[in-house]
Amino acid sequence: MEKKSLRMAYGEALVEFGKNNLNIVVLEADLGKSTMSCLFKDAYPERYFEMGIAEQNMATTAAGLALAGKIPFYSTFAVFAIGRAYDQIRCGIAIPEANVRICGSSCGLSDFGDGKTHQSIEDANIMCTIPNMTVLNPVDAVETRKMVKAMLTHKGPVYIRINRNDLPVYTPVDTDYEIGKMYRIREGGDVAIFATGAMVWKAMLAADILQAAGISAEVINVSSLKPLKKEEILKYVAGKKAIVTADEATRIGGLGSAIASLIIGEVNLPFAQIAIDDQFGTSAYTYDELLERYGLTENHIAAAARKALGK
Amino acid sequence: MNEGQARELRAIAHKLRCNVLEMIGVGKAGHWGGSVSLAETLAVLYFHSMRVDRANPKNPERDRLLLSKGHAALIQYAALCELGYFPREELGKVKSLNGLLQGHPDLTVPGIEAVTGSLGQGLSLGVGMSLALRLDKSPSHVFVIMGDGEQSEGQLWEAAMAAANFKLDNLTAFIDWNKIQATGRTEEIFSIPDLDKKWRSFGWEVLTVNGHDVAAIAAGIEQAKTVKGKPALVILDTIKGKGVSFAENVATYHNGMFDEKKYTQAIEELTAQQETV
Repeated sequence: MEKKSLRMAYGEALVEFGKNNLNIVVLEADLGKSTMSCLFKDAYPERYFEMGIAEQNMATTAAGLALAGKIPFYSTFAVFAIGRAYDQIRCGIAIPEANVRICGSSCGLSDFGDGKTHQSIEDANIMCTIPNMTVLNPVDAVETRKMVKAMLTHKGPVYIRINRNDLPVYTPVDTDYEIGKMYRIREGGDVAIFATGAMVWKAMLAADILQAAGISAEVINVSSLKPLKKEEILKYVAGKKAIVTADEATRIGGLGSAIASLIIGEVNLPFAQIAIDDQFGTSAYTYDELLERYGLTENHIAAAARKALGK
Repeated sequence: MNEGQARELRAIAHKLRCNVLEMIGVGKAGHWGGSVSLAETLAVLYFHSMRVDRANPKNPERDRLLLSKGHAALIQYAALCELGYFPREELGKVKSLNGLLQGHPDLTVPGIEAVTGSLGQGLSLGVGMSLALRLDKSPSHVFVIMGDGEQSEGQLWEAAMAAANFKLDNLTAFIDWNKIQATGRTEEIFSIPDLDKKWRSFGWEVLTVNGHDVAAIAAGIEQAKTVKGKPALVILDTIKGKGVSFAENVATYHNGMFDEKKYTQAIEELTAQQETV
């Protein structure tokens, strides 16, 4: 399976769409060579604003640009893009429904070496609680490009979280993408696995493991964490015997709770949530070591599915 | 500015104070002090210095006014009402459940350009708007009014550096230097001495004017707009609560309440001032 950089896809998409859409402007907080917004700087320097290491001012400046008709994309590490500028996002961006696009790069545990100060396990959960906010979590480089394109015409603020590491590319290039829609990428009859971001590929691997054990798993890519549509969830759980969710975030307020809160009382199925327990990350030599440590591998997902199915 | 124009602007400033008093009314809390310290400045901005299109509040070539000290919304509502941007009846319904006018500035109100109220953010909004207008080669100018208590917010200094870094000469900021914040004298709560020197050292052109002298304010704005290659700051030397004697320089009227007796006295004082405008 070919792997590609989502960060590179993000920067390239900004350049691609910024060519004809002159309203696109990009803001960065001295991490452009990591988020890859630097590609936009090289292409259109007059529309690129280096804001220094000042995330609060960057967020609200983006709001001002949006209120004056621009489509600002601001990027830095997810933990700073969100955590350092929460009230700026809330007051300046979300309340007025400003067309700001926030890119939280190096999300989840993907910045494995830098440790807990730089790993962002709660950014998407926090953003989902803010009214008017849309939250996107791409699975691969192809979907990342489609999301950037969709953000050009979307009304209101959007948060997109980008993994630091190259990830397998497996979504189709030529199909339509729509914000707020779930995408089934593997059909199955016994268990529905709702996964997001890097965990979708792990869910695909888990489905292979389950198949070897005679269990048929359906995998649904929840790349829009918000809005989440109840009718879509109901469609995919119909006829299944168990539900598993998987996201690389703290379990409190994550994908599992979001799905459960929408279907509770209407669906009575065994339910398992693969996520990070209430704790911070830690440094490691590799991303995979961390996914193992925090219970986020295909083996964990497969085991959770079997337990939920009683097999 | 000739004396006739000055007299007219003083009359408008007086009218704005009366509107604020009407909005606060009897027995309801409202931000009197930091609203009316800005009466003359908003009269000059909206009725003299700014590019305003009464027929089309969204005219792309309008100047923008952002109230970073969003708690002074009442004085901005008072001015927008005089511009005819919404019906007068709304003044009496401010902060009510189904009223138009929110407790802090909201985009639902015609003429309000941004959501403010969480302090320290208005200048950043102004930086963003100024960058956008400059990209569009727009003639519009951006004005941002900050409080003096607000100067303790760190983000505002990030924005001060950014505005100088981007050489934003289509941006003019103000500090309503009324020397009192929510719980007492600014000097005692959290002293920030030499504000003018601080801003100058951050790369801004800085001038100080009497914030209750309409001609001085207008001249200050003119001077600020002629500055090239850097942003300008006008420090407004003002009196918190100006216009009603018992509420002047009293912190409790930062967000205070008028009982029947005080309200009557306030009206009497404002009426008496009308004759001397």
